[in-house]
Amino acid sequence: MFDFSPPLIDWMTIAPLIAVALTGLIALMVEVMMPKRTNGGIIGVSLVGLAVAGGLLINNLSMPNSETFSGMALRDHFGTLLQLLLVVTCGLSILFSEGYLREKRIPFGEFYPLLLWSTMGAMIMCMTRNLLMLFLGVEVLSISLYVLAGMSRSEERSEESAMKYFLLGAFASAFLLFGISFVYGATGTLQLASISEAWTSGGISSQALLLFGFGLIMVGLSFKSGFVPFHQWTPDVYQGAPTNVTAFMAVGSKVAAIAAVWRVFEGFQIMSDYWIPIMSWVAILTMSVGNLIALLQKDVKRILGYSSIAHAGYILVAILAHYKNPQAVGFNTVFYYLLSYALMTLGSFAVISLTAHSGREGTMLSDLNGMWKRAPFAAASLIVFMASLVGIPPTSGFVGKFLIFSDALQAGLTPLAMVLAVNSIISVYYYVGIAHATVVAEEKRPGKSGRPTFGLNSTCLLCTVGVFGAAIFYSPLMNFLQGR
Amino acid sequence: MQGTYLGLLFLIVIAAIVCGAMVTLSWLLGPKKKTPYKEAPYECGVTPVGDARERFPIKFYLVAILFILFDIEVVFLWSWMTAFKKADTNFMVFSFFELLGYMATWVVGYVYALHVGAIDWDETTSLAPEKLGKKHNADEQKENVA
Repeated sequence: MFDFSPPLIDWMTIAPLIAVALTGLIALMVEVMMPKRTNGGIIGVSLVGLAVAGGLLINNLSMPNSETFSGMALRDHFGTLLQLLLVVTCGLSILFSEGYLREKRIPFGEFYPLLLWSTMGAMIMCMTRNLLMLFLGVEVLSISLYVLAGMSRSEERSEESAMKYFLLGAFASAFLLFGISFVYGATGTLQLASISEAWTSGGISSQALLLFGFGLIMVGLSFKSGFVPFHQWTPDVYQGAPTNVTAFMAVGSKVAAIAAVWRVFEGFQIMSDYWIPIMSWVAILTMSVGNLIALLQKDVKRILGYSSIAHAGYILVAILAHYKNPQAVGFNTVFYYLLSYALMTLGSFAVISLTAHSGREGTMLSDLNGMWKRAPFAAASLIVFMASLVGIPPTSGFVGKFLIFSDALQAGLTPLAMVLAVNSIISVYYYVGIAHATVVAEEKRPGKSGRPTFGLNSTCLLCTVGVFGAAIFYSPLMNFLQGR
Repeated sequence: MQGTYLGLLFLIVIAAIVCGAMVTLSWLLGPKKKTPYKEAPYECGVTPVGDARERFPIKFYLVAILFILFDIEVVFLWSWMTAFKKADTNFMVFSFFELLGYMATWVVGYVYALHVGAIDWDETTSLAPEKLGKKHNADEQKENVA
């Protein structure tokens, strides 16, 4: 006999999460009930479920910060906004997927539930300050993505990418878990909030444990965010996975990993004298390596893979600026840049998915040729995304880079700001290369290219509107971010 | 004290007798046709000599995965039941509904596994052509004709 009092649970905190998970289950049941129909029903269910989750998240935005489930789930402005971004990302990926999957001859109904559950894992990573929950989120996110990366079963490249992602992901998880166990050894809890106390009250031995644990956790998270020197899997996996999966991987997985990095830095803030110099070098390397190797690539998906590495570096600069000078620099820059990165990257991959036709897909630069004639709207929006990735006004990419630049200067990270500026100039070359390829008239294989569906056009439209809108309505957006 | 284990001793003896009888009798009474394949060392039903890179049906793997999943489920249920038996009403009610939610996800997974024929040895699952939609099927036929 023992006394048990039911815990008080704030269900609203995890209601969006439950909505996404249930939507995945319902979508799977729709697939079971109607295996011989097109995926229209599943897409409808998924989009409705995501809309519900989005509504719940917007509702959560106006609620006060709170913790529930013994501190395992957290509701705060930062986490809720990032979850909203993830839900939008998932919705946009679903919108353009069906046409591509049919062209690739792989329209498995299971794609949609898996994508939803992957989103759920990413959302868990945004809404917790508990290391074990963080790990669970990473796993839920990744395991679905391993499966999705290998979804094109008859294609060797897709299988290779799933295998590589799985092996390196398992490796990263092991590092993460090992680091968590060291932190647990030093603090006795899994809460990130207890670290600063353990650091000040503990002796030299527990400080050493914390530093070592922090290092291992950061190795694990660097794999997930694609920081150099743990970036090598990125281009291979991005190239091999089906393009719509790559789109979600490049955005959803990165947003979640950046959120996790943010939370871990927050927990280890008291040791920032040790890690800010190291992470600054990581940021410099990430920006430079990503951009320099991208110059040599001929495959569009690989170029965007390296570009996503470079952008992870830019975001890391923004994060470091905050932790260098928390009073002056808030999280707005990080969120704004993630939003802009999400829109332009997702849009670019959506347009590139048009190169698939009758089960075949070519993603070399030359495969984009003639797109201007076949799909003028998609080609035009691809050019907008490239302009935004370069950082040309009036796009959100420009505003985002400008914000990071000024934050870095304000926080006294002048060298990082300089490297960022130089890298932006380097990146012009390959982004212009992609934009140029779309307007070249001669097609390599005439007629062998998919036609844009309604879903793809709407994804392009929404992303384009977002890229311009975030730049033009900058100050209302910032007021919204600050909760005013 | 010793009496409690007496039944176990009987069980061991009976098992030894029954098993020994089965093996001995089938060896004495059964027909003996020797083939090279039968003479070979036993290796779980697989030819013991040959290329090591043999391909196995993926079904073995699926069954193993499903077994592990449902095995883990039972582990959780077992520990819950152990606590449930001696708990107060509050815990019983609260944890019962929690477990209902937990089991619901398992049932969905089970129904899905049955549906795709994951444990059906003869079935192979492939994409239903209807999934591609009307337009693409028409495309395919046109290309095949051409």
